[in-house]
Amino acid sequence: MTTTTAPGRPATGTESTSPPSPGRRKPMKSPYPTWFFIPAGVFYVVLFLVPTVASFYFSLTRWTLFSVEFIGFDNFVRFFQEPQLVQGFINTFIYAFLTSGAKVVLGLLLGVFLSSQIIGRGFLRATIFFPVLVSTIGVGILFKVLMDPFGGPINESLAAIGIQGPGWLTDPSLALISVALVDIWKGVGLATLIYIAGMVAIPQEYFEASKVDGASAWSTFRHITLPLLRPATVTVVLLSLIGGLRSFDLIWSMTGGGPGFTSDVLASVIYKQYQAGFFGLSTAGNVVLFVVVAAIIFPLSWWLNRKGDES
Amino acid sequence: MRNTAWRWGGGIVAIALALFVFVVPFLFIVFTAGKTQAEASALQFTPPTQWVLFDNIVAVLQNRDYLLVTAFVNSTILTVGAVSIMVVLGAMVGYVLQRRKSRWNPLVNSLVLAGLIIPPAVVPTIWVLQGLELFKTLPGLIAVHVAFGLSFCILLFRAFVATIPRELDEAAIIDGAGPVKLFFRVIFPLLRSVIVTVIVVQAVFVFSDFTYALYFLPGDENATVQLTTFNFISQSVSSYNLLFADVLLITIPPLIMYIFFQRQIVAGMTSGAVKG
Repeated sequence: MTTTTAPGRPATGTESTSPPSPGRRKPMKSPYPTWFFIPAGVFYVVLFLVPTVASFYFSLTRWTLFSVEFIGFDNFVRFFQEPQLVQGFINTFIYAFLTSGAKVVLGLLLGVFLSSQIIGRGFLRATIFFPVLVSTIGVGILFKVLMDPFGGPINESLAAIGIQGPGWLTDPSLALISVALVDIWKGVGLATLIYIAGMVAIPQEYFEASKVDGASAWSTFRHITLPLLRPATVTVVLLSLIGGLRSFDLIWSMTGGGPGFTSDVLASVIYKQYQAGFFGLSTAGNVVLFVVVAAIIFPLSWWLNRKGDES
Repeated sequence: MRNTAWRWGGGIVAIALALFVFVVPFLFIVFTAGKTQAEASALQFTPPTQWVLFDNIVAVLQNRDYLLVTAFVNSTILTVGAVSIMVVLGAMVGYVLQRRKSRWNPLVNSLVLAGLIIPPAVVPTIWVLQGLELFKTLPGLIAVHVAFGLSFCILLFRAFVATIPRELDEAAIIDGAGPVKLFFRVIFPLLRSVIVTVIVVQAVFVFSDFTYALYFLPGDENATVQLTTFNFISQSVSSYNLLFADVLLITIPPLIMYIFFQRQIVAGMTSGAVKG
């Protein structure tokens, strides 16, 4: 990056200040100067690249407000020994795969459904998508109240039809699932829209041809719609997995990782350790998250895109 | 025959379901925000017996020495600042990245992808911000949002610049425009539609962000609206009416954006997604 600064800057300087001398400008630099990368690069390198690289070093230290002490892999050992940290690690996968899977299935069904000729399509699309834009904190607070085990509207309604509602956010075995449900509620609109965009891209001729051939609705869906929606599926899977693995604010606003640490995920562990002043341990959590995301997303996107090329 | 049944039957069932699943929760916000404190604490899903929505909103705004008003000002500065820097810098990168085949391109492309996928390392970022004396300051949070949001902008701009014919550049160069003039006077105005998309999508994102504000701008005196709302829970659990008046207030800006820019938001979210 820095090496391009030297030849880039003077060239553009002379050029823009002396336009009326065409002779001298013949051997000029490209009209697309590489230094255009630099302002953005400064933000990116200083606040994203440097911290990311530094995190590998700091994850090997006992780091507090006052001192940094190199301790090798102790943080990582601790990370996989303390039950509450291990729980957070496992929960991250449960949460990410649960939300991602549900968004793919529901998004696909809703996308196909909302591409068919039904009344109120525009209204339905707008309604399903709106929660995507609402602040996660707002949604978290809202559902925390709705899911309140004592007199919360959801359990009140269930009681009215004779069902004893569970303690959505207070039952240790259910808390993570409940938050995941709200995540699906909030995010399914985006998946649906991506699938609708995918449906629009499929030429109508395919459907007409399969109709002429007498294909049933199911086999049209199975052999035409589904394969041709593959790019949309790839997008939804990758986006929702990336979001799900990094997810923090919904969990934090609804359960704070509780009860106990049963709904902790990596991102909330990172915050808790940071709050407690264990900066090294927190950064180790960040490195673990980095490795998890990279180890899942890069091979998956390579595999999904490769299969896409073959067909 | 079957088609009409589907068209109406399916549609009506879907609308009923959508109202129940997606609209009722938002109605609950409005209802609770309109109740008196005693009535709201029952957490019933009923319309308020007497609407005190306006009083509640005023009370929320005055709460703790106009903290929420300050927060709205902060969030506005944050959103406007971060989004305008992102748009200009992202457009510059996307433009050169698309137009010029240089040996930097593979590197820049992979950095852009990394920026979309890799979770930011929070504590080291705080360490850098402290070194720059930007920790716990609004400019610091703006810079962080710019750094994390650039990748998305660059992808959208790169895709859009590809649709602008190169002949335009050549004509401008022949007319004597330098690179800076060419970009800011000729290309940038042509990017208008994608700029609107980027602005709207990123504005909604930056305004709604909670995580980065929690890490990089803690404390009450210069909090953003999301943070203020979150802190509200711990301070006054008893007054659900005020809490939901607050939630209602922070829901309104994205709603307004959505009503006016629905097409751009949808285009930005789905097209940027397809590239990712």
